[in-house]
Amino acid sequence: MPPPLANTTPDAPLLDPDDPWRGQSRLSAVAEFVAPILLALCGLVTVLTTLGILAVLVVQSVEFFAAAGIGVGDFLFGLELRPGARPPRFGVLPLVWGTFLIAFGASCVALPIGLLSAIYLSEYAPRGVRAVLKPTLELLAGVPSIVYGYLALLLVTPALKAALEPLGLRVDHFNAVSACLVVGMMIVPSVSSLSEDVLSAVPQGLREAAYGLGATKFEVSTRIVLPAGLSGVAAAFILAVGRAVGETMAVVLAAGTMARFTLNPLTSVETMTTYIIQVVGGEASYGSPKYLSLFAVGLTLFAITLALNVLSNLVLRRYREVYR
Amino acid sequence: MSATLAPPPAAASDASADEPALQTRALRVWYGASLALRDVDLDVPRHRITALIGPSGCGKSTLLRCFNRMNDLVPDARVEGDVRFDGVSIVGPKVDAVTLRRRVGMVFQKPNPFPKSIYNNIAWGARINGYRGDMDELVERSLRRAALWDEVREKLHRSGLDLSGGQQQRLCIARTLAVEPEVILMDEPCSALDPISTARVEDLMEDLKDDYTIVIVTHNMQQARRVSDVTACLMPDVEAGGGRRTGVLVEVSPTDVLFTNPVDPRTEAYITGRVG
Ligand SMILES: Nc1ncnc2c1ncn2[C@@H]1O[C@H](COP(=O)(O)OP(=O)(O)OP(=O)(O)O)[C@@H](O)[C@H]1O
Ligand SMILES: [Mg+2]
Repeated sequence: MPPPLANTTPDAPLLDPDDPWRGQSRLSAVAEFVAPILLALCGLVTVLTTLGILAVLVVQSVEFFAAAGIGVGDFLFGLELRPGARPPRFGVLPLVWGTFLIAFGASCVALPIGLLSAIYLSEYAPRGVRAVLKPTLELLAGVPSIVYGYLALLLVTPALKAALEPLGLRVDHFNAVSACLVVGMMIVPSVSSLSEDVLSAVPQGLREAAYGLGATKFEVSTRIVLPAGLSGVAAAFILAVGRAVGETMAVVLAAGTMARFTLNPLTSVETMTTYIIQVVGGEASYGSPKYLSLFAVGLTLFAITLALNVLSNLVLRRYREVYR
Repeated sequence: MSATLAPPPAAASDASADEPALQTRALRVWYGASLALRDVDLDVPRHRITALIGPSGCGKSTLLRCFNRMNDLVPDARVEGDVRFDGVSIVGPKVDAVTLRRRVGMVFQKPNPFPKSIYNNIAWGARINGYRGDMDELVERSLRRAALWDEVREKLHRSGLDLSGGQQQRLCIARTLAVEPEVILMDEPCSALDPISTARVEDLMEDLKDDYTIVIVTHNMQQARRVSDVTACLMPDVEAGGGRRTGVLVEVSPTDVLFTNPVDPRTEAYITGRVG
C-alpha cells in the first residue's frame, strides 16, 4: 500500500511569489478558452451560409412548381425552355446542356495547357524563368472575367469567323466555341498555378530516388512526380471545372443567351448561370413563374456541382498515390 | 557519349580488376560562391566497401553525389577536377548522366520508397531501363538479396509506405539492386534505423561486396570499423577559406590501419572523439 497523499490546503498559493517562472499569462489562459469557441463560430458561418442558401433555393423552388403548375419531372426532363410561350415551357435540359458544353469545352482547353505548363514550371523551368512566370500566372488568375468576354467579342469570334467562314461554316456572332476558348483561357492560370504548387511540393527525395535509378527528366516528371501529386492536381482540375460551370459574364458576352439543344457549337447557347442573370436583368415581375424559375435552376446548379464534387472525391480516393 | 560508359568487355574487366572502380583527382565542389570540397584525390577499390567518415558538414554527401552526378540536381553546384568511373571521366556536359546513374546506384539517408506498391517500387527502375526479362523473378530476386522477401512476399501489392522504416530502407536497397548497378553509394543508410535493422543492412553489405563496389557514408565509427575495408576521413579545413569551412580529404587507409594507427593527427582526434 502506498502512503496516502498529504492534504493540501485549498488556499495554498500554486505559485511561489519569488518563482521567476510565472506560468502562463492570464491572456493566454483566456485565449485558450475563447479561441476554440471563436474558431468554431467561424466554421459555423460557412456551414450556416450553405444551409441558408439551400433553404432559400428549396423554398422558392417549391413555390415555383406551385406557381407554374408543372411537375418536377417536366422541369428536369423538359426539352424546351420558353417562359414567354403560352403555355410557358420550363424544361431545364437546354440549360444543362449549354452548361455542360461550355464546361467541357473550356476543360478541353484549360486542363492540358494548365497541366503541361505546371509540369514545365515545376520540373523544367530554370529558376529565373519560374520566378517571373509564376507571379505572372497568379496575376492573370485575378483578371475580371468580363474582360475575357470582351476578348471573345473583339478577338476570338472575329478570328473564328475569318478562319471558318471561308470553309463554308456559319459562325454566329454569339457562339459556344468562343465561350469555350475564352473560359478555357480564363481558367488556365489557376489550373497551372495550383497544379504547380502541388507538383513542387512532391518531396525532392522521390525525384532523387528516381534519378538515382537512371530515370530521365521526362520519366521522373510524368511517372513519379505527377502520380504522387495526382490528388492535388485533380483538386485543381475540379476547382477549375467548377469555375467554368459557374462562369457567367464571359459566357454571356461570348455565347449569348439562346436556350436550345444544339450539337452545333458555332451557334448561341445558354447556360444555367446566364439564364439566371438574363431573368434577373429582364422584365419578369417579382413572384411570376418566370422569376421563380431561376431558383429552381439555381437549385439544379447546386445539385450538379455537389454531385461533381462527391464523384471526384470517390474517383480520387481510388487513384491517388499517397506520400508522407 | 553513352558508348564510352558501356560496361567493359568481360576480358577487359578481368584485366582491370585491380584498377579502382572510382577515382577523383583535384576534385573541387562549389555551391554558388562557397567551396564545399577541395582537392580530393581518392581511389575507391573495386568490390570493396569504402567508408567515408568525418564531422557533419565536411562534404561527405557532396563527395558521394559526385560519383553519380547527383549534384547536377542542385542548381548552383559546380564540380571541378576529374572523377573517373572505370577509368572514364564522368565530369562535364558530355557525360550521359542517366546511363551513369543506372550503373552507379544510390541509397539515401532517409528511406524514400515511391508511393507505389512494393512490387512496383522494385519493378519501376527495371521498366524504365527497358528490362525485358521475367519481372516477377527480378522482383523476388532483388527482395531476397535485400533480405526483405520473407517479410513482404504476402503483400507485394501493398504500398511501400506501409512498411516500417527499416523495411523501407531495405526496400530502397532492393530497388537499387534491381537495376543491377556496379557501384552502390550509401549515404548514412542506417541513421534512421534501429540496431536490429542496422545489423541486417550491414550483413547485407557484407554479402553484396563480392559483386558490387560499395561506398558508404557513416557517422558511426563502429559501423565503419565493422563493415568497411577502406576508410577515408574528411575534415573541414577552417583556415583555408578565411572562416569558411571547406572539406578536405585528410587520410585514406585500410580500415584497421586507420582506426589503430592513424597517420594524420586530425583523423586521430576525430576517431577518438575529440573533434566533430
Ligand atoms: N544544396 C546545397 N546548397 C548549398 N550548400 C550546400 C548544399 N548541400 C550542402 N551544402 C554545403 O556543403 C557543405 C558540405 O555538405 P554535405 O552535405 O556534403 O556535408 P556532410 O559531410 O554530408 O554532412 P552530414 O554529415 O551532416 O550529412 C556544407 O557546408 C553544406 O552547408
Ligand atoms: Mg550528409
